[in-house]
Amino acid sequence: MTIEVNGRKIDWIENESVTKLLKRMKYTFPLVVVKINDKIVLRSDFKIKVIPDNSNIDVIHMISGG
Amino acid sequence: MLEGQIPIEDYESGNTKNKWNLNKIKLEHKTISEYNYIKKDIQKGYANRTLYINLNEGIIKEKKVTEDMKKLFTGGRGFGLKLLWDSIKSNTRWNSNENELIITTGPLCGTTQYPGSGKSLCLTISPSTDIICDSNVGGFFGPYLKFAGFDAVEIQGKAKEDVIIIIDGEKGKISIETAPLEETNSHMISQQLTQMYSSEDDDKSRQKISIVSAGMGAENSYWGCLNFSFYDIRRKIPRLKQAGRGGLGTVLRDKKIKAILTKVEKFDGVSNNPADSVTLAKVGTKLHREIRDLDRYQCNMRAVGTVHLVEIMDEYDLLPTENYRFGSFPKASKLYSQNFYKLFTKIIPDGCWHGCTMACAKTVDHFTVMTGPYKGEKVTVDGPEYETVGCGSNMSIWDPLWVLEFNFYCDTYGLDTISTGTSIAFYMEMYEYGILNKKRCDGIELCFGNAEAVLEVIHRIASGDKGEFISIASKGIRRVKDWLIKNNWGDIGIIEDCGMESKGLEYSEYVTKESLAMQGGYGLTLKGPQHDEAWLIFMDMVNNSIPTFKDKAEALHYFPMWRTWFGLNGLCKLPWNDVEPSNNPKTDDPSKVPEHVQNYVDYQNAVTGWNVDKEELILQSERCYNWQRAMNVWLGRGSRKDDWIPYRSMGPVTVMEYISRRERYDKYLNEKIGISEGKIEKMKIEEKIKIIYDYRQDQYQKLSDAVYYRRGWTPNGVPTPNKMKKLGFTDPKMLKILKDKIITDEKAGLNIWGGKYNNKEKNPNDGIKYW
Ligand code: SF4
Repeated sequence: MTIEVNGRKIDWIENESVTKLLKRMKYTFPLVVVKINDKIVLRSDFKIKVIPDNSNIDVIHMISGG
Repeated sequence: MLEGQIPIEDYESGNTKNKWNLNKIKLEHKTISEYNYIKKDIQKGYANRTLYINLNEGIIKEKKVTEDMKKLFTGGRGFGLKLLWDSIKSNTRWNSNENELIITTGPLCGTTQYPGSGKSLCLTISPSTDIICDSNVGGFFGPYLKFAGFDAVEIQGKAKEDVIIIIDGEKGKISIETAPLEETNSHMISQQLTQMYSSEDDDKSRQKISIVSAGMGAENSYWGCLNFSFYDIRRKIPRLKQAGRGGLGTVLRDKKIKAILTKVEKFDGVSNNPADSVTLAKVGTKLHREIRDLDRYQCNMRAVGTVHLVEIMDEYDLLPTENYRFGSFPKASKLYSQNFYKLFTKIIPDGCWHGCTMACAKTVDHFTVMTGPYKGEKVTVDGPEYETVGCGSNMSIWDPLWVLEFNFYCDTYGLDTISTGTSIAFYMEMYEYGILNKKRCDGIELCFGNAEAVLEVIHRIASGDKGEFISIASKGIRRVKDWLIKNNWGDIGIIEDCGMESKGLEYSEYVTKESLAMQGGYGLTLKGPQHDEAWLIFMDMVNNSIPTFKDKAEALHYFPMWRTWFGLNGLCKLPWNDVEPSNNPKTDDPSKVPEHVQNYVDYQNAVTGWNVDKEELILQSERCYNWQRAMNVWLGRGSRKDDWIPYRSMGPVTVMEYISRRERYDKYLNEKIGISEGKIEKMKIEEKIKIIYDYRQDQYQKLSDAVYYRRGWTPNGVPTPNKMKKLGFTDPKMLKILKDKIITDEKAGLNIWGGKYNNKEKNPNDGIKYW
């Protein structure tokens, strides 16, 4: 019952949406691209898209810095 | 005019108006030397000559730019390196007579069709590091220097008294004149000279002048920056952009130059005489549209400039507070961008060169100065940028108005805000530990959060205070470390680990403890810890997209090379990745912004008429990057020991730091180092710190190994003659220097990998001596 977020294993929570996962990870930066098992999730679906067990999530922060 | 902007005639900045008797000031000038030159058009981005000035002998002459020079060094910073190589010696130091101050442009510099195309690159031997420092800067000087007829200006020697250098592209004349009565501080002298030398008494004429200066702080410290002016027709003042790092302003004042002025007759969108103006316009228009449509949803640079980073850094524990002890702080929200947004003057385009739609050069107008010689005056403050705000948090000062005051005085005194802020943050930590105290600080209570004390330090520096503390403190962290250790005032380990400098240069404002790649981005650099070579924190620490040493080494090869390219061409890095096309996430490598890379390929080809591809752009940089490292080797400082970084940038130095992020570090001991949770529970904090200390230092050595190998350098960090030859260099003197250094290292046992590799791990090349 785990998922991998940016290569780090964490517990899977039933019915957790992308928005809630981002909150749990403290990923507050607004410009992120989220991929579940390599498929891009549309920003408009963040609230409704539920994270499946065993999935591989990439949260790419589109920040360039300095 | 764009929707919502204020018409020029309707804007009143509210600043105090200075009145000077400029005729009297000018009458005191004596001409030391003059030189008339033939004006020529720019050809495909190049003026095809550079300008040499020797202040000892009053020599002014032109040097030809050869095709070979373009092929090997491209332009900008590359030309600067070539000129330095031809003029200095291996024992040249910042204040040696033969040291040079060089300002370069680059073939794309001065273009108005593509955003971010007005940067100058400045080079010298730095007082802080004793090696080459390069710093890029906006403002009008670079483009005007080129349109006046020169790809670079190179100044050697020292004048006997204060002088100004005038490059008059209108008359085709260069002169060196004494300047005894002009002010030294930048916001004043740039106004005086702009008024004095404009052809007519109107804004259009004033806009054709740009001035380089450095103030009293630059004269009395190692933190001197260069201020480059750009006349703002709305505010009716020359505003300032800074070449901040490495003490360029200190060298300017050591040469007794009060200012360098350049003036153009005219310029327009085709002054660079591009080979293909249609393509140039097409690529430029595409990016202008992108910035206009997307910036507000992305970095919001047009509204708040780089300050948008403050809240992000705070939220991800990366904002340096109390000398990088922590990465976030409860009071940090006081410095979030909305607080500066309230103060910024709005709906005025704020580009630092014509045609920059990104327009991130924000200002606060009619700011009332609160302390020092200009107390009570109303001035325009250029900035603050993220780094300057980060200095506030690093010194634990949480007042936006104070940040503006600090920003204003650092600029006009010619002090680099980063070196000033990072140094004082270190002094404050030493004060907290009793290693420094009021007596040792010449009566200043330099504790965290003491905003008045910080301003007193910088006012005293600018006034030339000769007290022991100010004299040493103004030379930066490295010299203060040596002073504290010499006096036996504290634990050497604490002093060395807490002072955030590498190679003698102070760190810029990012916490790197949890990003090994960014530690390399600061340490494995040419000039010292400045983030302009690589900014990999999110890629590494958050996105976890470069997990292995090999991945990190690849990033620490590609990004420094890519970012170097902007400096070869006279460009600003920000329009590359501070706005991204909406389909960028779907590309193969979003971190590189592939569409923008292709823009730059098209852009360089359109101006120069070349036919290069994206690999060739990297090659252009690789030549320059390796040449600069090789010159550092020649100057005695380009090897592994010089790339070492203080432990504060790798992990927690003190018990308090460990406790503040206990969960994170305990987890690290368990997951990365393999210590059981039960054992961790029983360990003392000091023991845990020591284990992480040793582990992370070894990680940094392994990273250095991987990076040196990827860059084609020896295990001691020296570019090999083979690598140089592959890049096209045949200079026998340079090849011999590198060969001799490698032989000396071999004899001294320095050609060995630095990491401790166990049976399961491999060093980068498995023992083959490719050097
Ligand atoms: S992006 Fe900002 S710093 Fe860069 S050229 Fe434009 S205004 Fe100047």
